[in-house]
Amino acid sequence: MVDKLKKQLAARPDILVMNEIIPPDCRVLDLGCGNGAFLKLLEQEKNVRGLGIELSQEKIIESINTGISVVHGDLNNNLDFADDFSFDYVVVSNTLQEVERPDHLLREVVRVGKKAVVSFINFGHVKTRAQLLLKGAMPETDNLPHHWYNTPNIHLATIRDFRELCRLLDIRIIKEIPLGSNGNLPAKMFPNLFAANCVFEISSNGSGIQE
Amino acid sequence: MSENTAYLVKPRDFLFGESEDDALELDCGKKLYSVNIRYETYGELLPDGSNAVLILHALSGDAHVCGRHSPDDRKPGWWDEMVGPGKPIDTDKYFVVCSNVIGGCSGSTGPRSLNPRTGKRYNMDFPVITMADMVRAQKRLMEHLKIKKWLSLVGGSMGGMQALEWAITYPDLMESVIPIATTARLSPQAIAFDWVGREAILTDTNWRDGNYSENSEQKGLSIARMLAHITYLSDESMHHKFGRELQDTASYSFDFKRNFAVESYLEYQGRRFTERFDANSYLYITRANDYFDISAKAGGELAKALEPVKCRFLVVSFSSDWLFPAAQSVELVKALLKNRAEVSYCDIKSSYGHDAFLLEADTLGKMISDFLRNRLEAVRGR
Repeated sequence: MVDKLKKQLAARPDILVMNEIIPPDCRVLDLGCGNGAFLKLLEQEKNVRGLGIELSQEKIIESINTGISVVHGDLNNNLDFADDFSFDYVVVSNTLQEVERPDHLLREVVRVGKKAVVSFINFGHVKTRAQLLLKGAMPETDNLPHHWYNTPNIHLATIRDFRELCRLLDIRIIKEIPLGSNGNLPAKMFPNLFAANCVFEISSNGSGIQE
Repeated sequence: MSENTAYLVKPRDFLFGESEDDALELDCGKKLYSVNIRYETYGELLPDGSNAVLILHALSGDAHVCGRHSPDDRKPGWWDEMVGPGKPIDTDKYFVVCSNVIGGCSGSTGPRSLNPRTGKRYNMDFPVITMADMVRAQKRLMEHLKIKKWLSLVGGSMGGMQALEWAITYPDLMESVIPIATTARLSPQAIAFDWVGREAILTDTNWRDGNYSENSEQKGLSIARMLAHITYLSDESMHHKFGRELQDTASYSFDFKRNFAVESYLEYQGRRFTERFDANSYLYITRANDYFDISAKAGGELAKALEPVKCRFLVVSFSSDWLFPAAQSVELVKALLKNRAEVSYCDIKSSYGHDAFLLEADTLGKMISDFLRNRLEAVRGR
């Protein structure tokens, strides 16, 4: 079962990195949980208690089939069902750019989660920069396959933008794991240029959160 | 199972409460004696007892969920698309039980039953019952059937209310609960519709304070049913089903006879209902709905009321249901999440209104069958 789930998630290196970060026996909230494969992996491999939030009816049906707890919900609303720090980890994998107000969601994420792992497509990547510079058109890449007018990614950002938003929101960046190709070395050296995606581990900077 | 072979089932009776000690204690303070529970079972209970599913019917439902009593039956049970061999609630895998609620008129003790004290029908001498009373009677049936724990309790509308009542009253007796198109407390809007429906019955001269004659027309009950039926549909589904079509007439008749297809449909539904339902039962059961509020004992705090809950939940609502709108299911889900209960929830997109829980068998069926399969695997894997 675990191998099957990992194979399913192989196309999502950001999720495999998150899987390394999240410790066993904790409580995880996955915002935009898709078919529930990641939460199922965490439950099977690490005895995690998971809850997924998902907007799409098709994906909710898939998640119920997977066997996780999934609640129909819109991330443009507050996470008012959850008390402060009631989850050990909140997962936001390639979802942030789709919501109306990423800043509002991030504030909620570090309120309800002691920690969070956030991944997003880096719009500062050399490929997107090159397309914009040379063609003068909105970039379309493997990670960003849509046209500008039909993309669900309404709030794309660069790694630098994300760091800046964390600073403004008083969010602590615990870890930053850039994901690139070519053995990952260029991405590690110049993440904002060579990382196609990046995983951040963050927490609220406020007092009272224990390691 | 081929379409032509009828799945035959047999209704059964369980009688209890003959003695003072065994009688059913009711919320109103009275006791109910000689209580009969009409029930049906489908499939086989596994030796480890892990696969028992209780189905809870809605206001006008009964114990006959699926299959036919005789090969000649015109129609199968009320949830035949959902329950049966190879169906989403698969009776080849699960031992399925359904019973008629007390206060009902389809075999279980209700106003139309004989009062053992007088030897006559109870009619309006029947005590006022609550959802919790119905559930206590079902618990007695559970003991009678020697079921230790339900794998799941599944109910739509009023059935969902009973499922919730079970979850807080007997938290150790189920693995999961599936409340569908329901609420944790009946809304003022729903109470209002119940009131108007009952007024139609109470002011019907043929009703005769509950002692109506079998042969008399029950216009009051028929009006109550027509009114309620509108609340089960949606504006969109009525447009779709009837539009402004005329029936049995090519043009307006310029009087007050029925002209429209929708009028004809309601008239038919109302009349049909009086052939199978007891007006007094309708009064008692709608009252039990009005009184339903699981938060009442916790001072109105829903999360507090749900604290005893131990089982998993699959909560389902339907986008066009305005009798039990999605917001009421969301309120329930939020209260459960507050208590860190294991809960799944989906607001299924549908145009059928409240009736969707009987009509959206594909989507709802997939969710329920997957959910049940995962629960059974979890229980049997332990």
